[in-house]
Amino acid sequence: MVRVTTRINGDEVTFVCEPDETLLDVLRDRLNLTGAKEGCGTGDCGACSVTLDGRVVCSCLVLGAEAEGRQVGTVEGIARNGKLHPLQEKFLEFAALQCGVCTPGFLVAAKALLERNPDPTEAEIRFGLAGNLCRCTGYDKIVRAVQAAAAAMRKG
Amino acid sequence: MPLDAKFDPATHHFRLVGTRPLRPDGYDKVVGRARFGADASAPGMLVGRILRSPHPHARIRAIDTARAAKLPGVKAIVTRDDFKDGDPSLKDVLVNVMARDKALYDGHAVAAVAATSASVARKALKLIRVDYEILPHVTDVDEAMKPGAPILHGDMRTENIEPAPKKASNVASRCEFGHGDPEQGFKQADVVIERRFKTEATHQGYIEPHACLASVGSDGQGELWVCTQGHYMVRNTCAALVGMDVSKLRVTASEIGGGFGGKTTVFIEPVALALSRKAGKPVKLVMSREEVFRASGPTSSASMTVKIGVTRHGRITGAHADIRFQGGAFAGSPIELGAMSAFACYDLEHVKAVGWDVVTNRPKQAAYRAPGAPMVAFAVESVLDELAHKIGMDPVELRLKNTAKEGTRSSYGPKYNRIGLAACLEAARRHPHYEAPLGPNQGRGIAAGFWFNFGGQTCVSLNVNIDGTVALAVGTPDIGGSRASMCMMAAEELGIEYDKVRAIVADTSSLGYNDISEGSRVTFSTGLATIAAARDAIGKLCARAAKIWGIAPEAVVWENGRARPAGPNAGDFAPLSLAEIAKTAAKTGGPIAGHHEVNADGAGVSFAVHLCDAEVDPETGRVTIKRYTVVQDAGKAIHPSYVEGQFQGGAAQGIGWALNEEYVYGRDGRLQNPGFLDYRIPVASDLPMIDTVIVEVPNPGHPYGVRGVGETSIVPPLAAIDKAKAGKKRR
Amino acid sequence: MVRVKLSGPLKVAAGGEAELEVEAANIHQLLTRLAELHPKMKPMLERGAAVAIDGQIYRDDWFRAIPEGSEVVILPRMVGG
Ligand code: FES
Ligand code: FES
Repeated sequence: MVRVTTRINGDEVTFVCEPDETLLDVLRDRLNLTGAKEGCGTGDCGACSVTLDGRVVCSCLVLGAEAEGRQVGTVEGIARNGKLHPLQEKFLEFAALQCGVCTPGFLVAAKALLERNPDPTEAEIRFGLAGNLCRCTGYDKIVRAVQAAAAAMRKG
Repeated sequence: MPLDAKFDPATHHFRLVGTRPLRPDGYDKVVGRARFGADASAPGMLVGRILRSPHPHARIRAIDTARAAKLPGVKAIVTRDDFKDGDPSLKDVLVNVMARDKALYDGHAVAAVAATSASVARKALKLIRVDYEILPHVTDVDEAMKPGAPILHGDMRTENIEPAPKKASNVASRCEFGHGDPEQGFKQADVVIERRFKTEATHQGYIEPHACLASVGSDGQGELWVCTQGHYMVRNTCAALVGMDVSKLRVTASEIGGGFGGKTTVFIEPVALALSRKAGKPVKLVMSREEVFRASGPTSSASMTVKIGVTRHGRITGAHADIRFQGGAFAGSPIELGAMSAFACYDLEHVKAVGWDVVTNRPKQAAYRAPGAPMVAFAVESVLDELAHKIGMDPVELRLKNTAKEGTRSSYGPKYNRIGLAACLEAARRHPHYEAPLGPNQGRGIAAGFWFNFGGQTCVSLNVNIDGTVALAVGTPDIGGSRASMCMMAAEELGIEYDKVRAIVADTSSLGYNDISEGSRVTFSTGLATIAAARDAIGKLCARAAKIWGIAPEAVVWENGRARPAGPNAGDFAPLSLAEIAKTAAKTGGPIAGHHEVNADGAGVSFAVHLCDAEVDPETGRVTIKRYTVVQDAGKAIHPSYVEGQFQGGAAQGIGWALNEEYVYGRDGRLQNPGFLDYRIPVASDLPMIDTVIVEVPNPGHPYGVRGVGETSIVPPLAAIDKAKAGKKRR
Repeated sequence: MVRVKLSGPLKVAAGGEAELEVEAANIHQLLTRLAELHPKMKPMLERGAAVAIDGQIYRDDWFRAIPEGSEVVILPRMVGG
């Protein structure tokens, strides 16, 4: 067992985990942060997306121990003080989710994308989110929601 | 409860139906709070894992679990000995859940353990010794039908052929649909084309793997939390398979991360219950993605021969299809649906479709969005397209000339009621996409598709709360926003605001039986039952108002969310709102609730027409979808965003099927691509925006005219894309 | 008298007969009579059959009346995705 101290969504957290345990399993099974989902466990679906020091990673490919001393961002931390982020609002408004299991991963990835590029083209959004699989929507409404959120955020 | 003849949903002014309110479960889903199958846990919970056969076909001589059982932390092991034969109609389901004398496919479950941690469970699986006698295997449908092919089931005799065969074969049954005599029809044709097609199996590809949490006490009572399209089905099936009273098993449907038909049966649930009962502790069992691919429902793969004849003027004179589906190791591929739907779009005098249900050493197929229809439509629509080209006719024109309409005898038997195929074809032809210029290396394809749509057993309960809000309990898992549509229909009827109604999916002990969320039935049947339950509640609300006023209940009408005295008493009393009546319910007779139980019939069939532009890179052959338009009849769109979502999602799955997705079996009979890396479903950068056109030809079987929309959208893409990619420029 | 159209496996079970006449006022009576007339149909009907009356498909509705002169078609039971 290893002891790890990290910051998750801004709060300091200490946990113990097995050396070979993934960050995804730590979040879900030890810290009860079940927002990140396991769709594949092999880095192919993006349902487990979180940020590590601001960069999007597949938490199923990161070890829990690697979080030591770093900043982890999960879907649970996107809304602030009970207020939804524009992306969350637009996902709802544009019906960008059907089953919603891919949604946490898309929100994490889209947030990071807009932080890098506040005014992405449709193609930039599509390529920026190509690591996240959605089987329900055909992506149309997801792309539109991200476009609308970007516009809303640019207005401030 | 059919459409009232005096009520026209096309012109009626709905207050909420047709608008786009936010879904009630949306907030939880964007903040990460929604609880899916794998998101539940219980104190003292064990982790379950399943050992699966690496062989496509092998006799299981013995299973030795002794060493695994001794591993510290292992609390229970189950094998075939823990599942007794029972209900013969569930035999295949049982054998699929846990192999009996033979492993029938790569991935077939042979044993399972429950342990204190995932790592102990994994180690325990490695300690189980299975003594296999490897048998020859077959995974291809055509190979499996040949004489001399390895036989899966020694007792399988092809059904429905005369005289009944004496020898075992892999062909479970034959079926035939149609009318007239196609041979006669071909004689009248100017052009006859016959083609052979093969399509590979695909997987539903839901992002959430199968997951459940089972807890069975020594008192024989159990609880199960599970992601499924039908928790009542899970309850009844599991109770039968593990030997429990139905009333002692309470099943709660989690939020479900996609199903598309793949979550309409049981796989791991009976295993989790058996493990939990043996260990006396809760057991959580979650499939890995590899297990999802190897052992849960792919579609059938198909081999088809289609022959169609037309006159120079574009009249189809005869049509024939011979369709072979392999549905994995057990009988029951959707061959009948494939054969029935093959020519369902057209008005034909001479038509016949013959189907063969074949078993192979592959996982048992499960339903996938319009099961059986996409591959057959691929074959039929492709031949039609070629015929249009041959006689120099516009492909939409050819279809319009032969389109099925009200009164047409369908190729599967009954005559059609009001249907919307012609309206969809016209709308597609009017769409700007149809005439838009194509770029270099681009082609355009169009194809039509059909799906039956179903109704089924449905039970809804609607409770009026003290503050005038309404709690609506439905029993059909919400696979794509259906709670929003239910709230809309209830609020529409009651005359209250949308956000005053809160819908939940009730567990199996809280509400009567409901069939699975399948066959595009939810908005239709649960919607119909919700409307009826609301009307039931309205009757009771009016009766309370009548009591308060001291007048006859018949003299009260419900208008805009209020009870109002009518007839001779009109104007005598101020109207009472739902909230006002609710407030005094305790004093006027107790709780007010409406409910409705029905086995809904009258689901109207739905047709779609898809337009696709594809570009082929002349050097690499890479196909890019440049533009895509879905035109489909929804009868009446309750929440248009979710209707569009179904159109777009089905089209995207069809695009995946047409371009990238396929089950690849090696010569060793093993699945070669059990992961999203090698089984590639479309990603955002593979697709363009998907335009939608909602056509509304009301279904006479629903009070608002609703038709199911979930499935038809996956039917046309295979042919539409294939034609587009062939670069056939029509204009 | 109801004229019933058979297709698929049911037609085979009825000895290739595509159309039958039976005395039945509702779906239950119809299915019972068919099973009596053609015992081979019995297991198929028990497994589940849908009945279309004048184009309207009923999957399970024993007591649905069959009006005189209506068009009746029996289909295999259907499931969806
Ligand atoms: S679960 Fe991590 S990428 Fe799929
Ligand atoms: S909404 Fe279901 S996978 Fe994206």
